Amino acid sequence: MIKTVKLPPQITEEKLVNLFKEMWLIRFFDEKVDEFFAKGMIHGTTHLCVGQEASASGACAVLEDRDKITSTHRGHGHCIAKGAEVNRMMAELFGRTTGYCKGKGGSMHIADVDKGNLGANGIVGGGIPLAVGAGLTSKMKEEGYVVLCFFGDGASNEGSFHEAINLASIWDLPVVFICENNQYGMSGPVKEMVNVENIADRAAAYGIPGKVVDGNDIIDVMNEVNEAVERARNGKGPSIIEAKTYRWKGHSKSDAKKYRTREEEKEWREKDPIGRLRKLLIDEGILTEEKADQLKQEAKKEVEDSVEFAKKSPEPSIDTLMEDIYA
Amino acid sequence: MPVMNYIQAVTQALKEEMTRDEKVFVLGEDVGVRGGVFRATDGLYEQFGEARVLDTPLAESAIAGVGIGAAMYGMRPVAEMQFVDFILPAVNQIISEAAKIRYRSNNDWSCPITIRAPYGGGVHGALYHSQSLESIFANQPGLKIVMPSTPYDVKGLLKAAIRDDDPVLFFEHKRAYRLIKGEVPTEDYTLPIGKADIKREGSDITVITYGLCVHFALQAAEKLEAEGISTHVLDLRTVYPLDEEAIIEAASKTGKVLLITEDNKEGSIIGQVSAIIAENCLFDLDAPIKRLAGPEVPSMPYAPTLEKEFMLNPDKVERAIRELAEF
Repeated sequence: MIKTVKLPPQITEEKLVNLFKEMWLIRFFDEKVDEFFAKGMIHGTTHLCVGQEASASGACAVLEDRDKITSTHRGHGHCIAKGAEVNRMMAELFGRTTGYCKGKGGSMHIADVDKGNLGANGIVGGGIPLAVGAGLTSKMKEEGYVVLCFFGDGASNEGSFHEAINLASIWDLPVVFICENNQYGMSGPVKEMVNVENIADRAAAYGIPGKVVDGNDIIDVMNEVNEAVERARNGKGPSIIEAKTYRWKGHSKSDAKKYRTREEEKEWREKDPIGRLRKLLIDEGILTEEKADQLKQEAKKEVEDSVEFAKKSPEPSIDTLMEDIYA
Repeated sequence: MPVMNYIQAVTQALKEEMTRDEKVFVLGEDVGVRGGVFRATDGLYEQFGEARVLDTPLAESAIAGVGIGAAMYGMRPVAEMQFVDFILPAVNQIISEAAKIRYRSNNDWSCPITIRAPYGGGVHGALYHSQSLESIFANQPGLKIVMPSTPYDVKGLLKAAIRDDDPVLFFEHKRAYRLIKGEVPTEDYTLPIGKADIKREGSDITVITYGLCVHFALQAAEKLEAEGISTHVLDLRTVYPLDEEAIIEAASKTGKVLLITEDNKEGSIIGQVSAIIAENCLFDLDAPIKRLAGPEVPSMPYAPTLEKEFMLNPDKVERAIRELAEF
């Protein structure tokens, strides 16, 4: 039993170890994608969540399989945390038929119906109303599932944020709004784009709970999200949870990061969410250094294997251009 | 005369207009410190300061609406939508407010706003970074829509748009930004909005198009000349309202007309061009009007094979011209 921190009851030691590996999987996946973009092996643009693994893994960890999520343009971590196969994700980024969207979507549009992932989204704020719609369905059909809605600090300034959260609040819908505040909406510092200290403070405007968590501490994320999920499942309505975090990489592949300092980046790197969980697991005697390194290597290998899978997968034939337009 | 690329002509026009008229200001996402995602506003923040180069939150409806309000009170805002795909939350402000304010106010109010946005595919942007959305706005009297093809036209038309007393949507093909180069005078000049431009004189086939497709037509025309097919190329430049006179003249000149758009065919700009020709040129036509357009799919897919199939290119244009010539 873990002694030094409180955990949600469903989070076992084994689960915690799995989460440690999962966070490495997310990190290696995005670092590999970064490498491929730099080498010109895959094209277009991509948004990486390196440094933000704890909010994706921690929030999804407390969910039941039947629960749903909506994701964002920076969504690879959410997909993995909700159980997506990295093979099919990597294939999608390579534009191959074995990808989640058969190559039509690419980085920003991975959805996984089987795992309850309603999809990443190329439109900032686009997924927030969809999450509320999924929550409405849960309530109307009395299915008991909860919807986690991921969005960023930038999206919280879109009209869809206000419209959707207000609706969820008046109808007491089972939605937990998770704002991953990574401090910048592309080049816009959240300090200059939002006139309150915390985005979670806006919850007061909807009469719902708003909590700030350390987004780089998976334990903190799990505890607060779990409480909000329980509340939602019990018919008490939505909450906003703001996970303060930081994206280590630029906004997208073409970002010179003129808007922030290298010192600030260094400070946040020291709050590495994976390193913090590793230390906890070792201090608690759950993992040895060797075992921790072994899990890391296993995650790395899974990503390497996904690259092989993607490369071997066929490119879509031209005929598929006209498929999947209508029922 | 200096040679510059398409996007440099955008920047040049903005700089000159901001220097000429202190009422001109720029607002949009990441247009300031970062200088825009594509660098269209590069250097403006340094030259004109944060009071005239406004980094906004991610809130397209407000970017358009605030710009419209400022324009009504005498400013000359140039609002940037980061991608035309992101303009959709702002459609209500543009169509309900900007397009109608003069008409509904007994001509008391003007709305001299320019809204710039990059459109079009060919850069692996996938579903939400590749669309052509001009036809959404192209049945809204009160709006003007300019879609230039060359750096020379960009500078002259953007300056004209900023000085225009009515709202102008100014759509720039993002693939053209660094691909298309041309001579641009250093001195001040404007070009008339609402006037098409003959980009090549010819006598056998008339091609009518706009934006990047103008260059595909010119390349095809060059190649076909060697085979004795003479192609006339009319660049619409303003796609709403259309230059009917120039369309009728160009169609009547050769009697064989090819209309091209990167947008999908149904409901597109070239449908209206076709109707104008059908109404006015019946006895001058020697072949049915031919249309070459993007496929009827919801958006441009990500996989390189499918994107290539979706996009037009000089070869596709050449084939279509040849078919018309052989009719």
